[in-house]
Amino acid sequence: MIYAQIMAAGVGKRMGNTKLPKQFLTLGGKPILIHTIEKFTLHNDFEKIIVSAPNEWIDYTLDIIAKHELEDERIKVIEGRKERNDTLYSAIDFIEKEYGIMNDDVLLVHDAVRPFVTKKIINDNIKMSKDYLCVNTVIPAIDTIIRGFNNEVVEIPVRDFMYQGQTPQTFNINALKKSFNLLTNEEKKSLSESCKIMHLKGYKVKMVNGDALNIKITTQHDLRIANAIIEEEYWKEN
Amino acid sequence: MLNTVYRLVSPGQIEAVLVEENITNDAVVICPTHLSICNADQRYYNGSRDEKILKKKLPMSLIHEGVGVIVKDFSNTFKEGDKVIVVPNIPKEVSETVAENYLSTSKFRSSGFDGLMQEYVFSTPDRLIKVPDGIKDEVASIIELLSVVVHSVDKLEKIRNKDTESFGVWGDGSLGYLMANVLFYTYPESKIYVFGKNEDKLNFFSFVTETFTIDSVPKDLELSHCFECVGGAGSERAIDQIIDKIKPQGTVAILGVSEEKVAINTRIILEKGITISGTSRSKFSDFIKAIEYLNKHEKLKKRIELLISNRIDINNIHDIHIAFGRDLNIRWGKTIMNWKI
Repeated sequence: MIYAQIMAAGVGKRMGNTKLPKQFLTLGGKPILIHTIEKFTLHNDFEKIIVSAPNEWIDYTLDIIAKHELEDERIKVIEGRKERNDTLYSAIDFIEKEYGIMNDDVLLVHDAVRPFVTKKIINDNIKMSKDYLCVNTVIPAIDTIIRGFNNEVVEIPVRDFMYQGQTPQTFNINALKKSFNLLTNEEKKSLSESCKIMHLKGYKVKMVNGDALNIKITTQHDLRIANAIIEEEYWKEN
Repeated sequence: MLNTVYRLVSPGQIEAVLVEENITNDAVVICPTHLSICNADQRYYNGSRDEKILKKKLPMSLIHEGVGVIVKDFSNTFKEGDKVIVVPNIPKEVSETVAENYLSTSKFRSSGFDGLMQEYVFSTPDRLIKVPDGIKDEVASIIELLSVVVHSVDKLEKIRNKDTESFGVWGDGSLGYLMANVLFYTYPESKIYVFGKNEDKLNFFSFVTETFTIDSVPKDLELSHCFECVGGAGSERAIDQIIDKIKPQGTVAILGVSEEKVAINTRIILEKGITISGTSRSKFSDFIKAIEYLNKHEKLKKRIELLISNRIDINNIHDIHIAFGRDLNIRWGKTIMNWKI
């Protein structure tokens, strides 16, 4: 089975004074989260599409899904947690309790605030998850990456080998669970990147190509850019 | 629903554009799988259309010949996974006198309206036709062109005289090849002659009565009805030869598209009482008929497979450029893009 998890549990710390969490802000006439869920409903590979929302926003999430007539029985809204990896783990818990976990079950995890994800990126993740226990979506780094400490440059890695991580990220559920359980509390707190859980425990992580358009809408500026790049369907004269 | 559309913004330049699609109660979402490059698309891509036309029509997604798979059908007409042909002509009114493919109000994909080079294609069920089992995806992607041929033959059938002794096809390209095939099955008793510039291409027409290069047309040959499948700069010479070789009161069907105006010897047309018919687009029912042809004639499917010269996997915009570049340089047949974006 292949499960999708849409990470919508954030409360928008980086979005400024917005009251609504960023995943609920309007993009081209609809909440960002709805755009993202719609993209996933077009993939028949998914057994369930799990939406992890903040506890106090679960009803709101259900309301907007109903309002936008997303009538897909596969959509399940569950409670997310404060930290990303806890939210990830809560989806695994949910799958285990509701459906049981088989050895080759896969979880494809995507940020709710990346509504421009494409069919190809999702398909490539699914395809690669057959050969790898962990798959990460990346794009080549455009800017030079600099590692620094105390305002001093420590290292300037060769850019050709640098990539920027996007989502989806895809995991064999059992392998992820095993890796997660092996993490120390310190590691759990420091890991902002889910693939790193498996990478730290020695698993090979396959990279698939993302897309520069697959942006993460994190700031008001991002939202303005995202709204600006959406075009209306149009007809021209024959 | 958000969709990535690959639009030609200027000749040789394609951009991915995010489009918000409006979902209506009868919307059908199709994942394109096999797209066939037509000369009309190629003319936009390589900039051989008039600059004013390019300015008016671009940016626009190309391709109007293709098949895809149903991923979501809000109208409950198709099943998920059904293979469908997307009919590019979209009528906006019903007329008792003018067919949908000739109405000036009809929209046409990749001619003023986004074509099939998209992540998902959004349609209505009345513009989709399920591909029957037994027709390969690649062959199905060419059915649009076959439907134009079928339409032209149908139209000629309604206006021709009783003489069906012989048919002439001018053009040794894909259109001429499909035309010769349809005539071969429609008029099994008739003689079919094909005229072209290239002997190597004429060699593919193994099933017709005879082929001639345009420089070696027998003087005494006379034809009942003729089809012009040349287009472009060669159109004029082809029509001139047709007018010369056609019997009095014969019918000429013109299918070749030309950017420039074509001079026609009207004196001989008047003298011989020739009827002229024109076609470049087909209507929904022509697709159904084209599929019937394929189902009825197994050999036709095989012959159409011979038309497919290039098969190119498309994973990104760079691959689209490769496909159009190779298509421009092929001697024979069609380029099919295996659409994986």
